[in-house]
Amino acid sequence: MKTVKNTDKTRFALALGDDALVMGQRLSEWVSNGPFLEEDLALTNVALDYIGRSRMFLTYAGELEGEGRGEDDLAFYRDCREFTNLLIFELPIGDFGNTMARQYLIDEFEVAYFEALCKSSDETIAAIAAKTLKECRYHLRRSREWILRLGDGTEESHQRIQAAFDEIWPYVQELFEMPEYETGLLEDGVAVDRASLKPDWDAEVGNTLREATLNVPETTHVIRGGRDGVHTEHMGFLLADMQFMQRAYPGLEW
Amino acid sequence: MNTSATVISISEPVPENVLQALESVCDPEIPVLTIRDLGILRGVRMKNGEVVVTITPTYSGCPAMVDIRDSIETALEDAGVEQFSIETSLSPAWTTDWMSEEGRKKLNEYGIAPPSQNNQVACPQCGSDDTRLISEFASTACKSLHQCNSCKEPFDYFKCH
Repeated sequence: MKTVKNTDKTRFALALGDDALVMGQRLSEWVSNGPFLEEDLALTNVALDYIGRSRMFLTYAGELEGEGRGEDDLAFYRDCREFTNLLIFELPIGDFGNTMARQYLIDEFEVAYFEALCKSSDETIAAIAAKTLKECRYHLRRSREWILRLGDGTEESHQRIQAAFDEIWPYVQELFEMPEYETGLLEDGVAVDRASLKPDWDAEVGNTLREATLNVPETTHVIRGGRDGVHTEHMGFLLADMQFMQRAYPGLEW
Repeated sequence: MNTSATVISISEPVPENVLQALESVCDPEIPVLTIRDLGILRGVRMKNGEVVVTITPTYSGCPAMVDIRDSIETALEDAGVEQFSIETSLSPAWTTDWMSEEGRKKLNEYGIAPPSQNNQVACPQCGSDDTRLISEFASTACKSLHQCNSCKEPFDYFKCH
């Protein structure tokens, strides 16, 4: 067993923190804009779970890095190319169908992923994973119900949720790919083999989409780059919104 | 099931006034419950004359954690405790199994249905088991929204977690 390079583990924790931060930021755009009150609360609560998760991962990344950067420094003072979230998390919220299609695909992935990450040889990562897993399971309960209801609902809802899945599909593959540093961490039992989760994910998602009378998109087109800091054009706008206050008034506190 | 999940160290006894002070700290969202009832207070121990309080978050993003920390500080300071620290522990992950029996009773009386293992949610107003889920989430992450089919009252349910 080779020794884990601290910088690799820092990058790993940072990437997981970025995934959650960007997703939490996106979901929070629904605050007061939900289709009805209960759903507004649900979207906001899910956003809060993601932001909580990002705080734990970013704090840990800052500790591993050892240069005195805390969660806020990492969230608010890095630029686009320094963020390494996967692209699927930064896509705009679109309509409710776009939001729920992404949520469902991510929930199916995350339940399996964090289940496996609970066994990480790194105690802190395993503890964050265990906390996260319970929340992901609950998210999945809700998002899966919505896919069934929207897919097998009206002609309009069916057509729109199908379009949402078609649109998001090229971004899905990146969930199952690993940068070199993550593969390195795999050998030490810190990380999880993402590719190995694909067959079960395919089966679960296939079942749900069929039950919802939807088609599994057939495109083989893949859009990637998040872990290398190469983002979609949406990311800059997201960061401008998220970071403005701290950039304009550094150190501002509530 | 353990009725209290809080581990209080006995090897180096924790002064009674410290325990009493902590006993008074309530959850800001559900003020009828103490942090001990909720299982948020995980432990109290002495370390070289210093009181070490360990707490755990309910949900990762629970905004009440900041308030809870502040309340613990205030309670200890008011009790004249000068040397203390507050640690956050993530593992094992918080579960509603740690909620005390007393806490469950108080929750129900307050109008929030307590967590139920078999997911049979009884109406806290009239006690009927004939209830339905309205939304998976309610005013906070730890609750979902239900309605009683008998007395028609909507109510919050503290989710099993």
